[in-house]
Amino acid sequence: MVGFNVLVVVCVLYVAILFGVAFAADKRARDGRSQWLRGPWVYTLSLSIYCTAWTFYGAVGYAARSGLEFVTIYLGPTLVMVGWWWILRKLVHIGRAQRITSVADLVSSRYGKSNLLGVIVTLLAVVGTTPYIALQLQSVTLSFAVFASEGQAGFELPDLNATALWVAGGLALFTILFGTRNLDANERHNGVVTAIAVEAVVKLVALLAVGIFVVWGVAGGPSEIAATIDASPIADWQMNGSRWASLTFLSAAAFLTLPRMFQVLVVENVDERQVATASWAFPLYLFLMSLFVLPIAVVGLDILPEGSNPDLFVLTVPLHFEQEGLAMLSFLGGFSSATSMVIVAAIALSTMVSNHIVMPIWLSVRHQGASMSGDVRHLVLISRRLSIGGVLLLGYLYFRFSGGGAALAAIGLISFAGVAQVLPALLSGIFWRGASRNGAAVGLVAGFAVWAYTLFLPSFGPAGVISPQVLADGPWGMGWLRPQALFGVEGMDPVVHAIFWSMVINTGLFFLFSLVSFPSPLERLQGAQFVNVFEHSGAARGWAQGGVQAEDLLVMAQRIMGGSEAQALFEAEAAAQGKDGYLPDTSPDFIERLERELAGSVGGATAHAMLGQIVGGTSVSVEDLMAVADETQQMLEYSSKLELQSEELTRTARQLGEANEKLTQLSIQKDAFLSQISHELRTPMTSIRAFSEILMEGGMAPADSRKYSNIIHDEAIRLTRLLDDLLDLSVLENGQVNLNPQADNLADVLDRAVAATTSVGAGTAIRIKRDPVREDVALFTDTDRLAQVFINLIANAAKYCDADRPKLLIAVSKRADRLRIDFIDNGSGIPTESQVMIFEKFSRLSDQAKAGGAGLGLAICREIMDKLGGKVTYLPGQGGAAFRVTLPLAPLVAGS
Amino acid sequence: MSAPREPLFLARQNYRRRRLADAARLLPVLGGLLFLLPILGTSTGAITTAGGGLFVFSVWVALIVVAAFLARRLTAGDNAGPDGDSG
Amino acid sequence: MGKQVLVIEDEPNIVEAISFILARDGWSVGTHANGETATEAVLANVPDVLILDVMLPGRSGFDILQELRGDPATRTLPVLMLTARGQKKDRELADRLGVSRFMTKPFSNAEVLEAVRDLAGPTAS
Repeated sequence: MVGFNVLVVVCVLYVAILFGVAFAADKRARDGRSQWLRGPWVYTLSLSIYCTAWTFYGAVGYAARSGLEFVTIYLGPTLVMVGWWWILRKLVHIGRAQRITSVADLVSSRYGKSNLLGVIVTLLAVVGTTPYIALQLQSVTLSFAVFASEGQAGFELPDLNATALWVAGGLALFTILFGTRNLDANERHNGVVTAIAVEAVVKLVALLAVGIFVVWGVAGGPSEIAATIDASPIADWQMNGSRWASLTFLSAAAFLTLPRMFQVLVVENVDERQVATASWAFPLYLFLMSLFVLPIAVVGLDILPEGSNPDLFVLTVPLHFEQEGLAMLSFLGGFSSATSMVIVAAIALSTMVSNHIVMPIWLSVRHQGASMSGDVRHLVLISRRLSIGGVLLLGYLYFRFSGGGAALAAIGLISFAGVAQVLPALLSGIFWRGASRNGAAVGLVAGFAVWAYTLFLPSFGPAGVISPQVLADGPWGMGWLRPQALFGVEGMDPVVHAIFWSMVINTGLFFLFSLVSFPSPLERLQGAQFVNVFEHSGAARGWAQGGVQAEDLLVMAQRIMGGSEAQALFEAEAAAQGKDGYLPDTSPDFIERLERELAGSVGGATAHAMLGQIVGGTSVSVEDLMAVADETQQMLEYSSKLELQSEELTRTARQLGEANEKLTQLSIQKDAFLSQISHELRTPMTSIRAFSEILMEGGMAPADSRKYSNIIHDEAIRLTRLLDDLLDLSVLENGQVNLNPQADNLADVLDRAVAATTSVGAGTAIRIKRDPVREDVALFTDTDRLAQVFINLIANAAKYCDADRPKLLIAVSKRADRLRIDFIDNGSGIPTESQVMIFEKFSRLSDQAKAGGAGLGLAICREIMDKLGGKVTYLPGQGGAAFRVTLPLAPLVAGS
Repeated sequence: MSAPREPLFLARQNYRRRRLADAARLLPVLGGLLFLLPILGTSTGAITTAGGGLFVFSVWVALIVVAAFLARRLTAGDNAGPDGDSG
Repeated sequence: MGKQVLVIEDEPNIVEAISFILARDGWSVGTHANGETATEAVLANVPDVLILDVMLPGRSGFDILQELRGDPATRTLPVLMLTARGQKKDRELADRLGVSRFMTKPFSNAEVLEAVRDLAGPTAS
């Protein structure tokens, strides 16, 4: 007999293996070796979270009660998958084009990024999913109990509630660990998906093993099984046509709208070709999952004592024949079904709750919101983690207080009917441009209300919310409002009744309100983009040309996407526009793209609201839409080749314009160069001449003459330094410099640079913050030259940082084969228009004499870094002045 | 792969693809009708669970086979990646 | 004599040198280093001679000169301008603005002293 303890050990081991798989897959993906993870097979297997514990255990129970009807739950998804060309292909395409994060996000984005709809769908999903999670907890604890009670020899029945709590806690941990690693929901949760694929295999193998055992081991072959079926209580197909049809429809609808299915179908999808393979492979999986359901059911009915729970036949039949190993496998199959469903559901729900409830509240509480300081990423991750915990807690509480017991299938269908209310808004949204926000909101709320009234609330039983009296006579005696016989339509199956009325009322109101309302411009734009997703991708834009600063956008993007991702995005965009650095033009196209990137992290509505705060609400107007339409019309007249050429031309023109602007400015600078150099040389010379004349006249007190000699001495040194710099620069520029590469540690180079600057500038007390661990990098380069660059940057910060308590952060990071050292101070920074010029010679931004240099420092730095194979750039959007030194990690080859 | 395709050939291929897409659109409709067929049959009360099951599962297998064929043909054209679905 | 001269110049060493030379000659010397507040400083206590540098933090010497020439109180104030740039167009601009004397750095002490005496002379008598 398998003891309870053995079972627990096996469970823990199994979970440990899953952790290992998830961890390894995450690591592989991070290392960029995820080729097979992106293949269609892992995708297909991940869809198997459709088969939860309800189907693993419950399908047999369902078959034992009502015969063949259980297959409807699989037929709906089969039809959806086989019909991928209609809906799924479009959904996946839209999901990727718009960077959709959840089903709530899809509905919200489609209807003008309306957060109201996001909230409605999120609430609906939470209400619809909580019982389902409770169901999974229940099935796991029941299967534990089976083993415990089979183990007769004085096992005390374990505390089911405690078991459920442990399972819920463990699942929360797993989900948080692997589900909230990345903020970007559009980045695959590689670890989770791979673990789920493994679980999919386990549950399929388990069910097939039990089935094969039953058919060939117990019954003796297919024909014997057919005979057993004919002899069983469910031999005659008591078909209820309306249930058959509506359950097929319901399962198809739920397959598309369940938050967890949307997560694996659309959000986790990385390649549209995956859908093509899954279109037949997933039906095959479902087929195999249901192939042996009927045999197991009839054998269970045949051999097990009267009154055995058919929902647990998958376990109790092998146990009856003393097949311990098989029972254990089957137990793991059920365990897999339950855990994979809960994990993905928790991820999907937490994304929705965080993006559509927490973030909007946070945004409205902090009005200045988006452009303020503070890490939004952290906030979003925390809110997701808390949501995961909250969702599982809700599921656990539902399990505790509903007391379990009811047939598993009942809760499953109720849950399906709840989330299916999203279907009209979803499908019309992607096929009908006239579908409007008002229609969707009214339809959803009405459908949800009807579902709750006719199906959900009555499911709590006579002691629940709806009393038997209301059930029989309607509220306040109004017969036409009886929950299970609305409008006097009697004799319908309660589930069919609820599906029928909720869908009819939902769809009816949806169309009615869509027809009479007039959508906002943004809504119309989104509608066109969703419905015509295959025709024009990205021709229309959601933002008008505005005067927004790229730097402000960068500041916000950094806080949501993280520093290096945001900088990479901005740099790439700037490069595409033919510009250097990190600040592209804030064209409507770029803002649109940025919004989509942000939407991948925080959802469409929130991303739009955040950008709106910065861009200043210059969103589209009807005129813009018309202009776009005209533009699109014109565009069609050109061939794509011409379009490409004109794009190329624009880029060249932009580059030329920029080069020209730089030249003009350079020529002004060249002009100023002479007068500058004259000034820089003559100023110290004046003091020297004046004081030497004074000294020549003689007759001074010794103290005075010492003082004046000192001044002459200092000014002579100043002159020398200036000449040194000039020579240095000219040598560097002419490339006649000799580099002395040597091995050193970055920390040591920085130490020297900091020491040099603090000893020279006595009055400049800038506080320097460093990170010794990250600075521990071995270098092979001309470290004296490198130190010279560092000294210059630190001295600049000390001189120009205008904060009350000046601070300088030296941050070191590695990216690919390059080392990045950022010098970020807390002053007011450098204005955007000056950022291009500061590396030019003699470009001192202020005339302050205290600067003490001739404005050659940064020009020298640039030349040095150029020689060392790296570069020094200004890094905008860091709060203060920030310079980034980039250095190749590869050893420097001596002699240039 | 890199050889320039002839327009005539391309058009023909495009035409084939369109018809394949039509077939892919038709398939779920057909499947749905077949799956709903037993509703009509039960009025005579002649169907057993075993027989009905055999019918449903046969339609199911047929759908899977046809879908696999269509999916392979439909993705064959735009298959640029190395993996593909040669299963 | 105790005549007043005001030196507007931001290089502390040059200020010290000029102050020393003039003070030794019996002048009472005031100094000012900021370009932005220079006009106010002049108007608050109009000196007998003004020595004005061209490159000042905040505001150029030319701007200051232009404003002083526009004010009745300082329209005839003798102004000696010093510049370290010494370009021809600077001198022309200064002349146009009504400078009394223009001198390029580095200067000889005697030259400055003579220029200041010259400038102060006619107005004193």
